[in-house]
Amino acid sequence: MMNPGLTPVFEPSIPQRNRRAAFWRLLFRLSTVVGIVFLFLLLVNIVNQSFGYVAMETRVDPATLAVNGVPLEELEKEDLIDVLQANVSAGKFRQLEREQPLAERSRDEIYALVWEDVVQPDIASTWLLTDSLFRQGAVRAEAAEKYPQAHLVFRSWLNASILQKPQSSEPLNAGVRTAILGSLWTIGITIFVAFPLGVGAAIYLEEYAVDNWVNRLLQTNINNLAGVPSIIYGMLGLAIFVRLLEPITSGAAFSLSDPTTANGRTILSAGLTLALLVLPLIIINAQEAIRAVPNSLRQASYGLGATRWQTIWHHVLPSAIPGILTGAILAISRAIGETAPLVVVGAATYITFDPSGPFSKFTTLPIQIYQWTARPQAEFRNLAAAAILVLLILLLSLNAFAIVLRNRYSKK
Amino acid sequence: MIANTPDPSAIQAQSLSVYYGDFRALKEVNLSIPQKKVTAIIGPSGCGKSTALRSFNRMNELVPTAHITGEILFMGQNIYASDVDPVEVRRRVGMVFQKPNPFPKSIYENVAWGARLNGFRGGVGHPSMDEWVEQCLHKAALWDEVKDKLHQSGLSLSGGQQQRLCIARAIAVKPEIILMDEPASALDPIATLKIEELMRELAEEYTIIVVTHNMQQAARVSDYTAFFTMDEDRAGILVEYGATNQIFTNPKDSRTEGYITGRYG
Amino acid sequence: MTNHLPAKETPAASQLRRRHRPGERIIQGFLFFCGAFSILTTLGIVYEIGKEALLFFRSPEVNLWKFFTGVKWQPQIGEFGILPLVNATLTTTFFAMLIALPLGLCVAIYLSEYASARLRGWLKPILELLAGIPTVVYGYFALTFMTPLLRTIFGKDVVGIYNTASAGLVMGILILPLIASMSEDALSAVPRSLREAAYGLGATKLETAVKIVLPAALSGLAAALIVGISRAIGETMIVALAAGAGPNFTFNPFKAAETMTGHIVRISGGDLSYDSLDYNSLFAIGILLFFATLVLNIISQRIVRRFREVYE
Repeated sequence: MMNPGLTPVFEPSIPQRNRRAAFWRLLFRLSTVVGIVFLFLLLVNIVNQSFGYVAMETRVDPATLAVNGVPLEELEKEDLIDVLQANVSAGKFRQLEREQPLAERSRDEIYALVWEDVVQPDIASTWLLTDSLFRQGAVRAEAAEKYPQAHLVFRSWLNASILQKPQSSEPLNAGVRTAILGSLWTIGITIFVAFPLGVGAAIYLEEYAVDNWVNRLLQTNINNLAGVPSIIYGMLGLAIFVRLLEPITSGAAFSLSDPTTANGRTILSAGLTLALLVLPLIIINAQEAIRAVPNSLRQASYGLGATRWQTIWHHVLPSAIPGILTGAILAISRAIGETAPLVVVGAATYITFDPSGPFSKFTTLPIQIYQWTARPQAEFRNLAAAAILVLLILLLSLNAFAIVLRNRYSKK
Repeated sequence: MIANTPDPSAIQAQSLSVYYGDFRALKEVNLSIPQKKVTAIIGPSGCGKSTALRSFNRMNELVPTAHITGEILFMGQNIYASDVDPVEVRRRVGMVFQKPNPFPKSIYENVAWGARLNGFRGGVGHPSMDEWVEQCLHKAALWDEVKDKLHQSGLSLSGGQQQRLCIARAIAVKPEIILMDEPASALDPIATLKIEELMRELAEEYTIIVVTHNMQQAARVSDYTAFFTMDEDRAGILVEYGATNQIFTNPKDSRTEGYITGRYG
Repeated sequence: MTNHLPAKETPAASQLRRRHRPGERIIQGFLFFCGAFSILTTLGIVYEIGKEALLFFRSPEVNLWKFFTGVKWQPQIGEFGILPLVNATLTTTFFAMLIALPLGLCVAIYLSEYASARLRGWLKPILELLAGIPTVVYGYFALTFMTPLLRTIFGKDVVGIYNTASAGLVMGILILPLIASMSEDALSAVPRSLREAAYGLGATKLETAVKIVLPAALSGLAAALIVGISRAIGETMIVALAAGAGPNFTFNPFKAAETMTGHIVRISGGDLSYDSLDYNSLFAIGILLFFATLVLNIISQRIVRRFREVYE
């Protein structure tokens, strides 16, 4: 049957195989480049929308508001009040006076009022940064043709006033102040709840838990929770915090409820919902950090007669804390960017006042971005892009902080 | 000086030095390996035995920082010349590793894979793949143990069987030289014995270079023995090379004698 | 004379006796509570969401058969067929995997088999960065970049302003780093000795990577795929912004259609009265979503665990 004398022939065709190898090598490398290009495109697209020309139309040309040849922007406070009085209805003027006597307001505030209520600038059209830079001529021609009344100005949508102003239906006056404060309050509550619970759970699972079915169940459960879509947490938050625990989350139980809310759709509910969401992540990250602490350290401590908790508190935690913090920061930055669960929990669509505490209505930065993006007008897309930049800068600095933390301690 | 043997040479190292980054792991080795014999490389650990072995089929290149100076001549050509393809070198200079490392594939596939990769052609006057796999398993003294379970995973075999499977896998691409890097160090004595018997048999057809830290093994299986040690810079050097008999009974160098008689190493 | 009687307890010996440490006890109890707390989350999800879903399924207006087979989801006229939502979810998931799977796999192979340690040290944080961007930003990208791009390529009559393809493709970019990093873990876990064996037989780098390393890591790669799918099914903001509002049973990826998650977000973001059938229907979708992703995650964890056992 078998002839051991026969020998096979090999045709290794190595050049062909090497060509194939080179081709795929290129493909693998290209794929990696494509991944980076995506990141680049994403950022460029946002920057592109955040800056650029806008065609500005005004109801009243500011040049006509000059008093005795002094242009509007150089007028004194008293002249500005006169301009205001002359150009708004008597009812509106009385209303402004009622809110705060005009004489008591600063010159800049009056100036802003004149712009808002008299000049009433409006955006007719906006252009992308790339167009504004590289096709300036075409942009000018288009603006002159389509919006002859308007004048073209280069606008940075990301500016100081966007950080200072609350939400507004006027894109020129809208800002993210309320949203940022809302995000900070919410995340504050999230950290306050999730960090101790998460680290505690990690300590239990790594230092105390013996290998039995209860603890295996706990571990499996945590791993599974980490994969549950965030929107499900939103529904859980809606069912439990907003509705079931309404007396607590609205503050009614402590007679602290905010007059504007008086229901469970509060910062507290949002913070607790996000806490549930990031809890598994914090636990898993903290577990890894604790697991990285060498066993010899624990044995040395036990050898000196320390109790289990003394060992954990004095030896394990101090060496695990950089890792725990790094993991927690990463989890928190995930929470800062979360949108869907907060929409479900009931972020307010439109609030113009700063949140005053955990029982206030809330909006957050991502929610604001979501709402602006969902609007059809281009100006709101520009605003959303600027808000995204704010969010990304916030997240990037958090991540950079985490990396610095990790590097500083891993060197030791 | 090139350490020479009376037999015709299969592969030759000429003033071979191997570096890992700045560290010189092997220094100025001159060594001519005879055809169809078993040559053993012995020496204390860290003396560059494995490094020397791996430079014979350019496996050292898989370490990113490694580079060599000097030449290795195989069939009259320097295998480190710029126009030589390491893939072709490795097909002709096969390798068996310290720990058995069968692929997580069937026994049959383990043997057939490399052959197919290298453009195995069956047909009239040549064996079919099935016949070739059987022939290789026969040569590796494994056929009788696996003929009824060719399609089970190679990982289901015992350690000794796995190592013989790896030998069958290596000879299936018809190499001229087989490098063995402590092939029995992870095996029990009975499995070790089988591998040693196999080496002797394979030497009828193949040139075998085996690295071992087991001196009895070197004495039992090899025709020639090269003794390596470290110099004061911790670089590996070839101390003495010659017929195994001579090395073990009448070493010329006092360092060889010291190692053989167990004074150090 | 020796004394064989048990020695009387000396003060020193009594010190060896087990001491009560109430502090330690309390701490351990608290830590156990922390560990067990997550069980409450799971129970909360299953109970609270399940309860509302049950109210929905029990309602006389709802027919279970029609729920799973109906192709119309129009609560205002009492039509609760989930297929349009499921169909849109599957469409976006398909497009996401179309991008994320091949690219993610190629990136993983490049990182684990080709890139030097130094390059890997640069590339991995960049991918992590990509993974750390909030999904609402990806939604913005889909709406302001991907959709216009598709409309330029395929024509404005063909591609709608809202469409599932755009949302799906951008979702693919979102999931790419996840698949890449899980796959890279799986590939790196394949022992070096297998690669050496392949090289020793004269295999090229490609042959080693694709024919030896890839098959050996197959289960880990499968786990990455499954987690990717689970992530795509649960992803919300991209589809909420770019896929369209309003359930639509269509197989045309250039048309608007609402996914399960997109529907939940849109309806709950509006004015919704509690205890209405509408409200309960969201929870029916939610519990379906929960179980779908749960099953996928459990499968992937099983696979990963088995895979680890092979090599450890």
